[in-house]
Amino acid sequence: MAKVFIYPINSLILADLVERFGHKPLTMMSQIRGKVTSLSLDSPPINITPEDPKLGLKYAAIEVPAGVRGRMSLIGPLIEQTEAAIIVENPPTDFGCVGCNRTNELTKYLVRSKGVPVLEVKYPESDEEARDFVNEIVAFLESLPKEKPEDEKVEEKESAEKEDKK
Amino acid sequence: MTETKKEEITKYIVISSDKVLPSDAAMKIYESEFPVTVKETCFGLIVSGAKDDVETLVEKIRQLDKNHIFVKDRGFPPGDERRCRASRGGGPRPGFHFLREEVEMLPAIGAALDELEEKECLMEKSKTKCRLKTSDLEKVIEEELAR
Repeated sequence: MAKVFIYPINSLILADLVERFGHKPLTMMSQIRGKVTSLSLDSPPINITPEDPKLGLKYAAIEVPAGVRGRMSLIGPLIEQTEAAIIVENPPTDFGCVGCNRTNELTKYLVRSKGVPVLEVKYPESDEEARDFVNEIVAFLESLPKEKPEDEKVEEKESAEKEDKK
Repeated sequence: MTETKKEEITKYIVISSDKVLPSDAAMKIYESEFPVTVKETCFGLIVSGAKDDVETLVEKIRQLDKNHIFVKDRGFPPGDERRCRASRGGGPRPGFHFLREEVEMLPAIGAALDELEEKECLMEKSKTKCRLKTSDLEKVIEEELAR
């Protein structure tokens, strides 16, 4: 099972396809869940705290708007876990909280420069394009390893043994 | 002794099927008697509860029409004050616009998944030639009648 980064990061279609074909989608929703259900949240309407833009400094410079750094504090940790990525170009829904173009550009740049397998497809606008879109994504997902690499398995076993000893 | 709280998750079940209505899926969940919260919406359901329960249920619901029922995670629990329209003075909640755009594309995606499945079936059948099973014939008839 590979951890697959998707762009748009909250896409229903991509998240479903990745999960359907046996991989784990890395989505914004899981990050948001961690934020809004944690007990440390001080004020209900605020889910980005002043600490977040500071965390975002790892991914964007101080001159970059705080909004970008705030978003990167959520997206950045996902990019670090990425083992493969699907990027959809020209989604018509680049507005709202995912409509920050600078964050999107930075996200795509970081994913591409990470050196993991990346599939870039165009957002479908007709039935035929949808068919090609699904076929390309399915072929890409099927080419990814279904099981964890041996190194990780060994690491997991070692950590489990250590915990048992404790 | 302290009781460890199970991880709670929320999932959207978006239904774009000719055979299954959101109310059918909701009934299926009520029948299953899992301790989860279900909210019926215009596009499908929101299910919230313990991770294992929700994942089991979602898989059951998906099997009702697997190529036309789509699932995604949701960060906020259902009825959360920060997102619920009731406490925000009406209007679509943040995030709904994106979902609405994608829902329009779901029939085409479902059809593409159907085609893909058919192709795989054909490939498997070409490997092993056999008669059409009555159960398969029943499925074909049911699908035709449901249109």
